[in-house]
Amino acid sequence: MIIVEQLTKRYGAFTAVDRVSFRAEPGSVTGFLGPNGAGKSTTMRMMAGLTRPSAGHSTILGVPYERLPNPGRHVGVLLDASAQHAGRTGREVLRLGATVMGLPRTRVDEMLEVVGLSGSEGERRIANYSLGMRQRLGIAHALMADPQVLILDEPANGLDPAGIHWMRGLLKSFAERGGTVLLSSHLLHEIEVIADHLVMIGRGSIVADGSKAALLSSVGTLVRGLDARALGRSLDDAGFAYTTTTDQAYVVAATGEQIGTAAVRAGVVVTELRAADGAGLEDMFLQLTSDDAREKVSA
Amino acid sequence: MSTMTQEAPFRPAVTPDPSVTAVPFSRLLRVELRKLVDTRAGFWLLAAIGIITLAVIVVFLFAADADQLTYLNFVAATATPQSLLLPVLGILAVTTEWTQRTSLVTFTLEPSRARTAVAKLVAVVLVGLLAVGVALAVAALGNLAGMALQDGAGTWNIEAAGVRDFFVLQLIGVVQGFAFGMLLMNTAAAIVLYYVLPIAWNVLFSLVGALEDAAPWLDLNTAIEPVYEGNTLQGDDWAHVAVSGTIWVLVPLALGVVRLLRREVK
Repeated sequence: MIIVEQLTKRYGAFTAVDRVSFRAEPGSVTGFLGPNGAGKSTTMRMMAGLTRPSAGHSTILGVPYERLPNPGRHVGVLLDASAQHAGRTGREVLRLGATVMGLPRTRVDEMLEVVGLSGSEGERRIANYSLGMRQRLGIAHALMADPQVLILDEPANGLDPAGIHWMRGLLKSFAERGGTVLLSSHLLHEIEVIADHLVMIGRGSIVADGSKAALLSSVGTLVRGLDARALGRSLDDAGFAYTTTTDQAYVVAATGEQIGTAAVRAGVVVTELRAADGAGLEDMFLQLTSDDAREKVSA
Repeated sequence: MSTMTQEAPFRPAVTPDPSVTAVPFSRLLRVELRKLVDTRAGFWLLAAIGIITLAVIVVFLFAADADQLTYLNFVAATATPQSLLLPVLGILAVTTEWTQRTSLVTFTLEPSRARTAVAKLVAVVLVGLLAVGVALAVAALGNLAGMALQDGAGTWNIEAAGVRDFFVLQLIGVVQGFAFGMLLMNTAAAIVLYYVLPIAWNVLFSLVGALEDAAPWLDLNTAIEPVYEGNTLQGDDWAHVAVSGTIWVLVPLALGVVRLLRREVK
């Protein structure tokens, strides 16, 4: 169980993480979704005691991370698979971790086997590892003590499709046994297939939080017209709440019949009218991503 | 892949397993000692310290006059190469965590950064003691070889105080390197400053005549010079070492610890 409450991180005038709150429950996989630079990694570093929050706090298994005795035994953390000494072998990295955590040395070989780095690959120096191999090693390190909680930052990065499939199975079975998994990604589809619960962050703030089923199920009605602006006015006139998608459609909190009636009254030609089947989440995500992209262009 | 799924029972964990206790210091120390030698850089640095120590003994054995082949001189011969290399060990022990970004893992496994720092310091001090021990042993062998091969004087002319000062000299170097590494958190910067700053400082004191009296108090190299000259440290010398050691070792170390505790690990 992970509880994050009002976590905030400011760097001077810039607020990287702004009052972020969410929970990750045992027995489920929580996906932490957001575009690059949205504050995912900063939030996760604060959860692991590596970055001091400007405000707010977080607990893991009811305890602040820093107060967990031998935290590696409770929480498997993988924040950056590339943050390893290039001159060490994969096996050596696991051996150091096993020593700190107080695990038998046999666990090192077991884990290399689990993540598919057995044999000569474990003896190679990390400088010669691909990003996918580093991710596997990092996952081995996180799972080594058979923890109750996993915190993984972009663990699918660099994994090949087979590797992603494998990791999905690994995390699902971990959650099925009662574990808590929090994993981040900047790819909606990657998270969609594995997470039971979604937390979406954009520009440091939580923009959506709920079960995947709820977030991906109908969130209103999608309507598109020949004249988008006129259609928007007709929705305003009818007093409906709506959001605008990036491709000039509207997701409206009203039934198809209500919207159709409003459009007829305004004399607007409707070209598409249907239940917004989860498109809301995707659009919201695209919006977040494109906002950031625009920002980069203008900067 | 199957080992993770073998223990099947559902166990929704909402509190930490109470049977797990804090990481004992001995394990942290073991890991930090291992980290000093488990990379190529670390391994070859230690190997170089050993090889160069041996080499200077051999060179001294054949180059020095027979009457100079005493235990004290053999020991003194090892002092300079060791005092050049041991601080690098102290520097690397801390800076690689930042340059290689392993600090991310180190401090998630042991959130108490102070404990990790102490474990690192103890580790480099232990290796420093070992290096000096090896130097004393190799020097003793050199002295025996000197008597056997070169008709050397072979005098065992070193007192306990001399051995002590030799340890003090090298340990100050190791800890000073460690402190510079802690403060700068960057290998290149720490190594450059470690070697350049004292030289610049030394030049300053030798150029400005008025500062000459203050030199042993403010310049660590001047303060420990008696050891290089084969003398033992006396009352005043200790005061000099204490004051200049505070300036050059303890103050950077304290600032480095503060920086470590406050720093964001990323």
